[in-house]
Amino acid sequence: MTDIAAGFAAAFQLLLSFDAGLWEIIALSLEVNLAAVFLSCLIGLPLGGALAVYRFRGRKALIILINALMGLPPVVVGLMIYLMLSRSGPLGSLNILFTPGAMIIAQAILVTPIVTALTRQITEALWLDYREQLTSLGSSRMRAIPTLLWDGRAALFTAVLAGFGRAAAEVGAVIIVGGNIAHHTRTMTTAIALETGRGNLALALGLGIVLVTLAILLNTAAWMVRERSMPEAALLGVDR
Amino acid sequence: MQGPSILPLALENISLQHEGLPILDRINMLVARQRTTVVLGPNGAGKSMVLKVAHGLISPDAGHVRWSNLSGAKAQTRQAMVFQKPVLLNRSVLSNIVHAVRLQGIDKAAAVHRAHMALERVGLGDLAGRRARSLSGGEQQRLTFARAWARDPEVLFLDEPTASLDPAAGWGIEEIIVELRREGRTVILSTHDLAMARRLADDLVFLHRGRALEAGAAATLLTAPRTAELEAFLKGELRW
Amino acid sequence: MVNEGAYLTLGAAILSLVCFPAGPVLAKDKTIRVASTTSTEASGLFGYILPQFTRKTGIAVRVVAVGTGQAIRLARRGDVDVLLVHHKPSEEKFLREGYGLRRHPLMFNDFVIVGPKRDPAKIKEAADITQALMRIRDAMATFLSRGDDSGTHKRERRLWRMAGIDPSVQQGWYREIGAGMGRTLNIAAAMPAYTLVDRGTWLSFANRRSLVLLFEGDYLLRNPYGVIVVNPQKHPHVNVRAAQSFVRWLLSPSGQRAIGSFRIDGKVLFYPHARSARP
Repeated sequence: MTDIAAGFAAAFQLLLSFDAGLWEIIALSLEVNLAAVFLSCLIGLPLGGALAVYRFRGRKALIILINALMGLPPVVVGLMIYLMLSRSGPLGSLNILFTPGAMIIAQAILVTPIVTALTRQITEALWLDYREQLTSLGSSRMRAIPTLLWDGRAALFTAVLAGFGRAAAEVGAVIIVGGNIAHHTRTMTTAIALETGRGNLALALGLGIVLVTLAILLNTAAWMVRERSMPEAALLGVDR
Repeated sequence: MQGPSILPLALENISLQHEGLPILDRINMLVARQRTTVVLGPNGAGKSMVLKVAHGLISPDAGHVRWSNLSGAKAQTRQAMVFQKPVLLNRSVLSNIVHAVRLQGIDKAAAVHRAHMALERVGLGDLAGRRARSLSGGEQQRLTFARAWARDPEVLFLDEPTASLDPAAGWGIEEIIVELRREGRTVILSTHDLAMARRLADDLVFLHRGRALEAGAAATLLTAPRTAELEAFLKGELRW
Repeated sequence: MVNEGAYLTLGAAILSLVCFPAGPVLAKDKTIRVASTTSTEASGLFGYILPQFTRKTGIAVRVVAVGTGQAIRLARRGDVDVLLVHHKPSEEKFLREGYGLRRHPLMFNDFVIVGPKRDPAKIKEAADITQALMRIRDAMATFLSRGDDSGTHKRERRLWRMAGIDPSVQQGWYREIGAGMGRTLNIAAAMPAYTLVDRGTWLSFANRRSLVLLFEGDYLLRNPYGVIVVNPQKHPHVNVRAAQSFVRWLLSPSGQRAIGSFRIDGKVLFYPHARSARP
């Protein structure tokens, strides 16, 4: 218990001291996580919507594959991206290994299956309700996708937060492709790994508590935005 | 209404099966301009299916749907359908109509103008900003009529539009149907409600177990049925 | 209804984050990457000396700290400009294969054996490292091996070999963790168990619990660090000029002084070892 208490004490100390190093790490973490989630949405929302409305050979297999990819181990993704981006790899000339850009790509690959799979599930349920009506109105399947995404936005919002949670929590991928370089690619999670390695358990735990606090703040803010823009959805918890 | 007429509509030998069971059996039907055709029959007779096949939502296993020298896709924009249960998007009353009108390729300003006019005509002018799903059942069905109306259809398919409503709300809907007819729009209405059929039908198709047993002018059929089934139905004694 | 334009604006803002994630972009020739070991990074050495170099030259040094084995693999693939590790045989092999320009001895510290305070194998009184290891074997006291192909792991295997012991995993008391130095120490502290650790990491390690330093001082435990610039003939993109100037500075009197003056609790962690710096 004393260790955990020391962790909380360290967390308070970290936050109250407005340590420049800490803010640098927090800012980079948020930047990488948000950018990765944004990229994932760019791919996952339309792709999930398309999987919901189109019927084609291999669709079921593709859905199963994407669902399975939700459980991709971050280390494996990190290793794959490392081999791609390494100077001796196919994309080595981009020269983005050990940069935040590489971390964003790795996390986007981790998050995209989550956003895609949940989007597919949410929009397919809507599509069952809407299909006849939208077809009657002359909407093509392609045109129906943005309609479904917009109408499912309350539930999709939760899917996106789930994706953000995965990005914010993982360390395996970013530490490999980012290199945990001080002042450059050190995030909350890689800093926690480093401090654990140095035996600074209280500091590591303190960073962890800061991370959780941030996650709570961000989710609260997101929830409030959602409640203001979608009063009905907030009332019902999750929209249909 | 603009553009050349898509009528008459002819259903030729339409057959439809579902999991091996016949739903529609060699249906023939002719819909003339500016008439109201009521598809009458007990529950489960296949009335909805006739409308959905005619509207192009379901492809028949055999037979043809022919619109006056127009392809089905072209004819689609001149039709609208109202379902028994309103399917409304999770948006405001106004946006539901704007969305439907814009699918016809009409620009936003014109669509908003049309939407307001349509809402006025169904008596929902004051509720334009409300969330569509917060309306009562009767109001929701009025909204789907406004949505259909705003698209300025030549042909309206109405699938048991009052079956889920209380009598007062049903009357309100009937008034709207009368108004739509008065404008010269062609209505194809399915119902099991004999009284409603007597009030609205010009022509009648009597459907029983997937077969069109009788078809002709409503006045004739309702007074002098030729089949035992229609006679029983008129007496309220038909078991499906 | 929420304006869809607001979402677009938000999207654009985030997109700009994606496109310019590094913030102010440093001139490319003013940045070098160094693959090094966890011992140098975790001890805080780089945090101490690098700002001095950057202040002087304007060259930013980015250190990727991994095990020696992995650091060498990074350098072979051309993912870094400079290699700074502590396993001479591997470094020489790296040079023989043409991946490096030249190995410069840089600094040294030493390995020590840490273990439970009550010292069940009585290694504290051992005459030399060979005897210490034999006592651990005889007592079948738990010994944690990094097992991760790091410099420390390679040294530990060699020490066992020199003591004529083949510590196979089956014997139960010898356990390979497959982890970095820090995690190995955390586990050793929790068990508690003996393990081999470089002095720098040990001095900067905070979670010792009942672990204490039990054996030190054998010549076989010397731990020399070398520094190598990656050969631009193998990897043309290597930033040779900046890398050379970094290595020159490390070997120069001021670099060597910086290394020697890095202390934790008043103790020196790394001893300068460059030829030019010798008296």
